[in-house]
Amino acid sequence: MREIAYYPGCSLKDTAKGFEDSAISVSKDLGIELKELPRWNCCGTVYSLTDDNLMKQVGPIRNLVRARDQGYDSLYTLCSMCDNTLKRSNRLVKKDEDKLSKINNFMDQEEDYEGEIEVKHYLELLRDELGWQEIKAKVKEPLEGIKVAPYYGCMLTRPKEIGLDDPHKPSILDELITSLGGIPVDFPYESECCGSYNTVDKKEVVLGKTQTITGGANKAGADLIITACPLCHFNLDSRQAELLEVAPSHHPVPVIYFTQLMAVAFGDIDVSGFEKHAIDPEPGLNLDNTVVSKR
Amino acid sequence: MSEENGSETVEIFIMGKKYEVPKGLTIMKAMEYSGYQYIRGVGCRGGFCGACATIYRLEGDYKLHTDLACQTTVQDGMYLTQLPFTPAGRENYDLEELEVSNNSLLDLYPELARCVSCNTCTKTCPQDLEVMDFVNEAIRGNIKEVAELSFDCIQCGLCAARCPAEIPHHHVAQLARRIYGKYQAPDSEHLEKRVEEIDAGQFDEELDELVNLSKEDLKERYENREIEA
Repeated sequence: MREIAYYPGCSLKDTAKGFEDSAISVSKDLGIELKELPRWNCCGTVYSLTDDNLMKQVGPIRNLVRARDQGYDSLYTLCSMCDNTLKRSNRLVKKDEDKLSKINNFMDQEEDYEGEIEVKHYLELLRDELGWQEIKAKVKEPLEGIKVAPYYGCMLTRPKEIGLDDPHKPSILDELITSLGGIPVDFPYESECCGSYNTVDKKEVVLGKTQTITGGANKAGADLIITACPLCHFNLDSRQAELLEVAPSHHPVPVIYFTQLMAVAFGDIDVSGFEKHAIDPEPGLNLDNTVVSKR
Repeated sequence: MSEENGSETVEIFIMGKKYEVPKGLTIMKAMEYSGYQYIRGVGCRGGFCGACATIYRLEGDYKLHTDLACQTTVQDGMYLTQLPFTPAGRENYDLEELEVSNNSLLDLYPELARCVSCNTCTKTCPQDLEVMDFVNEAIRGNIKEVAELSFDCIQCGLCAARCPAEIPHHHVAQLARRIYGKYQAPDSEHLEKRVEEIDAGQFDEELDELVNLSKEDLKERYENREIEA
């Protein structure tokens, strides 16, 4: 079993527990143990664009310090928002010595950070370190005939300096779907913003976005949508359930995490955490050749 | 440092005024030696009650230190003041009525979400608690972890005084321990059994006997009591 340093982020401990549980389970199948950092703090949630307020960079950098202190040189993320914030903070201090030294001076009790850590998303581990053949080899229940819309959102690929794929035509989720035996569907809203934190006080914005994105996926023939972001998931799943109340003609499309799709294909369905979803994912997976219908 | 009446002394500054006090005194005793009288901001004098929070700087050191006056000995060149009370909002709640969920702490203390993980609270804590870590656990809704990490909190409030996000850490942690104790901690069966026995009057006779003893007999019993080795 290969051990990797794992940064969960707050959502994966609560609303997105199914994301974490499925990731831990499929990692085991792949011979990888996700070693959660013994101590970690909030990633910062949204990368701060304020150039002179370094206080907002202290939290993300401390997570990297803690990973470094555990003897690691890479820190792996699942939540695309955490991935984005940690990578951008890391990039900022790696290219700006003055800012790094200011942050180090403030942190004080920790040993100085010198940019030793590389932040990597779990999808990068799958693509770059294991390779799709390795994923393919672990598939027990191929997703034959299941059409999956890969939803990238904003955080995985933008800005391109830290993105894990081409921001204009990403393919990493498409490749994962293919490796699992499913059919990736091409749909025009794969990188459309879900409305993000407008969900708090401008719900109507998010309802509109959800209708566009999930409606677009449906039009393209998708049985379900996959994501790597707990906030996108909340907006596309919970808000879609609300959308159905005001727009009954809307055809619901279930939204699941990419690791949950892997869990289904690897035969680890018991860890999926589907019961927490507002739009039941099982109809989207309900084909004769999957374990779901055999239960 | 100088000699006064043959004993070593140190020079300290209480609210900016210079005093020469014997070496080895606690801050609390040094203040009393200097003529201050505690009416509030003092309690157990044993490091448990959290009433005597102190802030100080040492000459030539940019750092602001925090500690308990009853637990810390004076040092030469110490500039200090007491902070017996930190204004920090404690929300009103009825523990019996509280709907417990992962968001219970955030619902009552939404300012938790303002934390930028600067770690100042942890650096401030005179109990050496991992304060920032329990604030992060509170944001994640992990009430049990907050209760356990904050178990030794003595509510001195110094963390809240220093927090740039204005979080009342000690009140949040107290709520977490209350929720955990009431709703989440596993029941201790032996305790419930003993309470039942007491309610059933199993120990009434022995208790009545003790209550009715004369002071002398009670003293004698105490002196001849059996103590576990």
